[in-house]
Amino acid sequence: MATGTTSIEVAAPTGVDDPGPGVARPGRRPRLMFLRNPKALVGIAILAVFAVLAVLGPWIAPYDPNQVSRDLLQAPSGAHWLGTDHTGRDILSQLIVGTRGVLVVGLVAGVAATALGVVVGVTAGFVGGAGDETLSAVSNVFLVIPQLPLIIIIAAQLPSAGGITVALVIGVTGWAWGARVLRAQTLSLRRRDFVEAARATGERTWRIVLAEVLPNLTAIIAAGFVGTVIFAVLSQVTLAFIGITPVSEWNWGTILFWAQNNLALQRGAWWWFVPAGLCIALLGMALTLINFGIDELVNPRLRSTGMHARTLRRRGIRPRVGFTPVVRAGRPAVETSEEER
Amino acid sequence: MSFFLRRAVFYVFTAWAAITLNFVIPRLLPGDPVTALIGRMQGRIDSGAEQSLRVLFGLDQDMSLWQQYVEYWRLLLHGDLGLSFTHFPTPVSDIVAQALPWTVGLVGISTVVAFLLGTAVGTGIGWRRGTWADSLLPITTFFSAVPYFWLGLIAIAVFAVNLGWFPSSGSYDRGMVPTLSWEFVGSVVYYGTLPALTVVISSVSGWVLGMRNMMVTVSSEDYVTVAHAKGLSSRAVVVGYAARNAILPQVSSFTLALGFVVGGTLVMEMVFSYQGIGYTLFEAVTTHDYPLMQGCFLVITLSVLVANLVADFAYAALDPRTRQEG
Amino acid sequence: MTGPVLEIRDLRVDYGFGDDPTHVLRGVDLTLHRGEVLGLAGESGCGKSTLAYAATRLLPPPGLITGGEVWLTDREGNRNDILGLTDAQLRAARWRDVAIVFQGAMSSLNPVFRIGRQLTDGIRAHRPGLSARDLEARAAELLEMVGISADRLRAYPHQLSGGMRQRVMIAMALALEPQVLLMDEPTTALDVVMQRQILEQIMELRDRLGFSVVLITHDVSLLVEVADRIAIMYAGEIVEEATAADVYRRPRHPYAHGLLGSFPPLHGPRRELAGIPGSPPDLQRLAAGCPFAPRCPHAMDVCQQVRPVLGPPRTGEARRVACHLHGADLPGDVAFPAELAR
Ligand SMILES: Nc1ncnc2c1ncn2[C@@H]1O[C@H](COP(=O)(O)OP(=O)(O)OP(=O)(O)O)[C@@H](O)[C@H]1O
Ligand SMILES: [Mg+2]
Repeated sequence: MATGTTSIEVAAPTGVDDPGPGVARPGRRPRLMFLRNPKALVGIAILAVFAVLAVLGPWIAPYDPNQVSRDLLQAPSGAHWLGTDHTGRDILSQLIVGTRGVLVVGLVAGVAATALGVVVGVTAGFVGGAGDETLSAVSNVFLVIPQLPLIIIIAAQLPSAGGITVALVIGVTGWAWGARVLRAQTLSLRRRDFVEAARATGERTWRIVLAEVLPNLTAIIAAGFVGTVIFAVLSQVTLAFIGITPVSEWNWGTILFWAQNNLALQRGAWWWFVPAGLCIALLGMALTLINFGIDELVNPRLRSTGMHARTLRRRGIRPRVGFTPVVRAGRPAVETSEEER
Repeated sequence: MSFFLRRAVFYVFTAWAAITLNFVIPRLLPGDPVTALIGRMQGRIDSGAEQSLRVLFGLDQDMSLWQQYVEYWRLLLHGDLGLSFTHFPTPVSDIVAQALPWTVGLVGISTVVAFLLGTAVGTGIGWRRGTWADSLLPITTFFSAVPYFWLGLIAIAVFAVNLGWFPSSGSYDRGMVPTLSWEFVGSVVYYGTLPALTVVISSVSGWVLGMRNMMVTVSSEDYVTVAHAKGLSSRAVVVGYAARNAILPQVSSFTLALGFVVGGTLVMEMVFSYQGIGYTLFEAVTTHDYPLMQGCFLVITLSVLVANLVADFAYAALDPRTRQEG
Repeated sequence: MTGPVLEIRDLRVDYGFGDDPTHVLRGVDLTLHRGEVLGLAGESGCGKSTLAYAATRLLPPPGLITGGEVWLTDREGNRNDILGLTDAQLRAARWRDVAIVFQGAMSSLNPVFRIGRQLTDGIRAHRPGLSARDLEARAAELLEMVGISADRLRAYPHQLSGGMRQRVMIAMALALEPQVLLMDEPTTALDVVMQRQILEQIMELRDRLGFSVVLITHDVSLLVEVADRIAIMYAGEIVEEATAADVYRRPRHPYAHGLLGSFPPLHGPRRELAGIPGSPPDLQRLAAGCPFAPRCPHAMDVCQQVRPVLGPPRTGEARRVACHLHGADLPGDVAFPAELAR
């Protein structure tokens, strides 16, 4: 996941003298373009379903997730669509009720980390000099220190590691990546004409930042936010799975915790551990797709301009770098290319 | 400052920061779990070891914070990480030293394999953009969104429990005595295969996606067009020009993603009960063995730092611009 | 020594593989004769680079060649359509027959390889038999040829100045003594002195080695000095093509006239800088008639409806122009603009 948004990261440092990939040109409507992106749309749709579950969960769940029953370790059936666990609790209900915890933690952690990242990154990029050096050094340190073990030792030493606490810990440890990318972009923005102009006319720094710099960083901030949410969801689920967070708070990781500790694998109770993992994967995938959409917005080279396999095949086009396809109108494609490699 | 000097300063600084963080965290957090544990150990713990624990966890009220910090460094430099509660009275450093080689073997090798494999596959997909290769993307996206440990669970369920091809836990046949014999090595490889494969499968997709995007970006660079214009073979263009440059950001994102990947793969050790640092950390967490936890964190962080250093050297070797800068 | 070496016939290029592509080249005809310097000028975005890339099939996706032919006469006198070659044939022809110096010479060198390696790998690809020593010697010779000392072979691109990198690119392009050298604004990133110096060097090399050049630039005054013939492009079409002197002294197309007016004359009395009002058309939605009509001071009714074809003017001069003013069926009631009749 950390590599899912590489292109922004990499494009950023080179953005110093080219038009800057992360910068929306005035006059274009990036948000509308974003909504036309099919990948982003699919991601948003999946996310919306989960959001509805998170809000309505407790009301639409067929059972109370803590309600034990006589149906011990039942395979999926009409009564229990996703079966039951070792004490007869309904797994579908656990999943539905657990959605809220996952999303809330992801959101809170994402907001916390993004806010920190924006403050540190934009400040570092804008003030420059010693302040920049210090802030960059701090964020680089946080980048190199493995987050999950850090979160684990912090969460394990806290007296109570409930959802929000964990979210804040994730936020406090996970801001560095966004800060680094934002710093690079801010640096390149600072040298851009319109910012120089604002500085020359004696605008206040904070006004320049709010009015000129931040709006141009929207896409990158959004990508960083989504990336952090992915990371937060995975971390939180992992913490729950390890058993660091209270096992009474339902989330998808808690289900896996119970499954692992009650030998679901050995008993072949696939319905116990497969759905939760698929939900995590689905949510993660939705967020990744949204990030792809943002990525393609920021880095036009990744955009596939009409490169839908079907259209290409219909027109007989094989797009290749270095050998422009020749398709004469009305005539079938001249097959000039022998198979490469 | 030359590239290497700058990097060296950075790593020394980061190591210092990590060690200091390790000092600060137990002092910052509310609650005092260690005192209670020391109380329980009363009588069994010798006074020297108790003193170490007091220093490590900031229980000494009569010392100033600075004195504590100096004392903490003195202990660290002597390799004293305190005593483990669970494995009492084994020093934490011994436990960690025993676990580390297993982690380096499992996580290290499989991470490197995943990186190389992912980079190679990403090169192919990125180069043959707009062909069938693009249909691999949704699959990789899915795998990059799956939590590592869950893939581990599935792998165990399928290959260990159902098919019985591999053992579901452990790192070698417990009936054997660890020696440098072929038999023992074979057993280690046999036990390590499933966890290693799972680590590779779960982390490879991130590298595939990263390299694919870099290939797409680099393919439209002018120098790649020039290479085509020169009439070089497509192999020479892909390997020498496109991939050769695309791999640079890939290596630098390796250093960035390493902490993430290592975190995920450590959890994999827990799933497979593989006796590395991750499993030790997991044990320490479940048994509230704070000294062991802190020790594991320190060792994990320092190992990641070393891996970063290596990746940095690789980057410098690959990119002449860093070597001769300034 | 005469006769065409590169003939571009009705070349058509689209950007976009989808159902609504941009037609960037709309039937370009151009002939390059042996030993000649052909200048190609036009406003930014008119498709000059696209023409150079498409003629060598180097246009990156989503570029698509939708029609036309590019006939190349190789050293043995065989004529081949570049657009119909197989990959292997095309690879063999590239650099040996047609070499290119790209617009962005700064980024044309691979940053991670030494100059020497980049000079030799093209040679090695075409002459596999050459020994390492021969290759090295040839690379050194090439560098010396463009005025860079041979010990720079071991330098990386970032260690060279912009002008040196540009010279390296030129040396590289001449490595196999190609017959055609396409140069896309080879000197735009350099200062004026350096521009002149490099162009003079190229012309000197041309006299020595006898290759033909297509020189693409914004700087028409430069073309007037070095080119034998000049073609003016507008919105993906050639609108005028004649000898350099004719284009300069007697431009026939209103656009060519305007374009020349936007540069100060080299010698002689200062003319007023006219420039061209308006901006280039959006290639995505071109109207039916002459693409220049909306900006043309002499536009007539016919210009809005019928696209003029590139051909000899009514006067029968040895040049080609795509303008209804010079067409055979110019309505009698139109006052012919004096500045286009000199
Ligand atoms: N990938 C693309 N997709 C759509 N249109 C493109 C693409 N690349 C270029 N174009 C359009 O093609 C036209 C021709 O571009 P080209 O680079 O050939 O212009 P040029 O004459 O070389 O300009 P300059 O003098 O600035 O180099 C331009 O109008 C440009 O907007
Ligand atoms: Mg151009």
